[in-house]
Amino acid sequence: MKVVNIISSYNSEFVEQVEEESGQKLNLCYQCGKCTAGCPYTDEYDISVSQIMRLTQAGQKDKVLQANSLWLCATCESCTARCPNQIDVARIMDVLRHMARREGYSGSGRVKTFWDSFLGSVKSNGRVFEVGLLVNYISHTGRFWTDIGLGPKVLPKGKIHFKPTEMQGKKEVEKIFMRFKEESAK
Amino acid sequence: MNTSLNFAYYPGCSSTGTSIEYDMSSRAICEALGIKLTDVPDWNCCGSTPAHTVDHSLSSALSARNLDHVASMGLDSCVTPCPSCLANLKTASHRMEDEGFRNKVNKLLDKPANTDVETKSVLQILVEDYGIENIQKKVVKPLTGLVVGAYYGCILNRPPELMQFDDREHPMAMDNIMEALGATVVPFPLKVECCGASFGIPRKDVVMRLSGKLLDTAEEIGAMALVTACPLCQMNLDMRQNQINNANGTNHNMPIFYFTQLLGLALGLTEKELGMNKLCVSPRTLLDAMANGEILKEKAA
Repeated sequence: MKVVNIISSYNSEFVEQVEEESGQKLNLCYQCGKCTAGCPYTDEYDISVSQIMRLTQAGQKDKVLQANSLWLCATCESCTARCPNQIDVARIMDVLRHMARREGYSGSGRVKTFWDSFLGSVKSNGRVFEVGLLVNYISHTGRFWTDIGLGPKVLPKGKIHFKPTEMQGKKEVEKIFMRFKEESAK
Repeated sequence: MNTSLNFAYYPGCSSTGTSIEYDMSSRAICEALGIKLTDVPDWNCCGSTPAHTVDHSLSSALSARNLDHVASMGLDSCVTPCPSCLANLKTASHRMEDEGFRNKVNKLLDKPANTDVETKSVLQILVEDYGIENIQKKVVKPLTGLVVGAYYGCILNRPPELMQFDDREHPMAMDNIMEALGATVVPFPLKVECCGASFGIPRKDVVMRLSGKLLDTAEEIGAMALVTACPLCQMNLDMRQNQINNANGTNHNMPIFYFTQLLGLALGLTEKELGMNKLCVSPRTLLDAMANGEILKEKAA
């Protein structure tokens, strides 16, 4: 078990910020562990979701925002649906990711790269272009063999398109991303 | 049943690609039932999970542009087949009731958005607005003999305070529809367990484990097929079923239908209209056996 000296490292601003951005009361968590018990991804996590909750209560900003778990949560909402104190735990995980991104704890791993490739596709096409997304992901990870085996099975189904679908307002969508970037820089 | 069911229809990106058969069958059954769907003009991606992991105002801005288009159609309700689109559109409407958040989102848009729109899933309008008993009256080819499990996935009903539909742990909407169509429904114990979501590309190992467990369980309880209501769930279980078999040393050959496809069959629509040929795990043998009543004979024997 990890021991954390909260007297020297308690960051009250961090606690307030998480509460404000998530709209949740962290004190309501009494560590029953139900979120972790139901989390389908807990085997992949470096810090379980109930421990993330405890470390967040205890103001352990660095430990929490460095956790790989943040980038392995798929927002399946099991934790939120099952919390006996009605804490929206999945929303807290979301807010922690936002903070980690903003504060340069860039996050690691292929899931984040995939998410970023997905949004890149939305930004340039207004809609997700599945083949473009895959190519972009591969170019960022070098994992050129990704899903190559699916080709023979899926291509004849006529579901995969090699050109993005056209939408008129794609510039409007691109502007949403650009304004978001400007607002975030303020 | 409401006599004039008229909704804006938000297909979502996967409807134009990997879940085209969900889109085809959703449109076909609504037409057959007299539910009018009009496409949201020039809709954009809702941002799905990736957007809300970056920022909630970004995610809601992407959804708000679509909701505003719905409002400008003169409609106040929107329907989508996809649970992820559903969650994002509903979240945006809900959270933008707060003025501070609303202003933050509107700053990202060309013009302030009217988001006073109610969004529902195709499943939800069938159950709540059309009524299962009315669906049953339209059945011309009952799914007699088909033993099926209903798999809902994780976000169709969750978070419960937002989704306001069915039960968070033990949803029954699809079970009840399948039963009304004449199928035998086996209770599926993992109906809301996550399939691995969008991790198929970045962390295939996780999908192999989670979706593998779903297929193993479906097989154990004697289901001949699963019905789903989510493009991502369906894709993981169907398109990746071979990968799962290879990774886990299993031998599943289980058709994974969208519930709208089986509903369409029972309404007498053709396999072509319902995109049955788009499924990766072929339902051919099962569909033929159902059509010829062979399953029943086998059962009786």
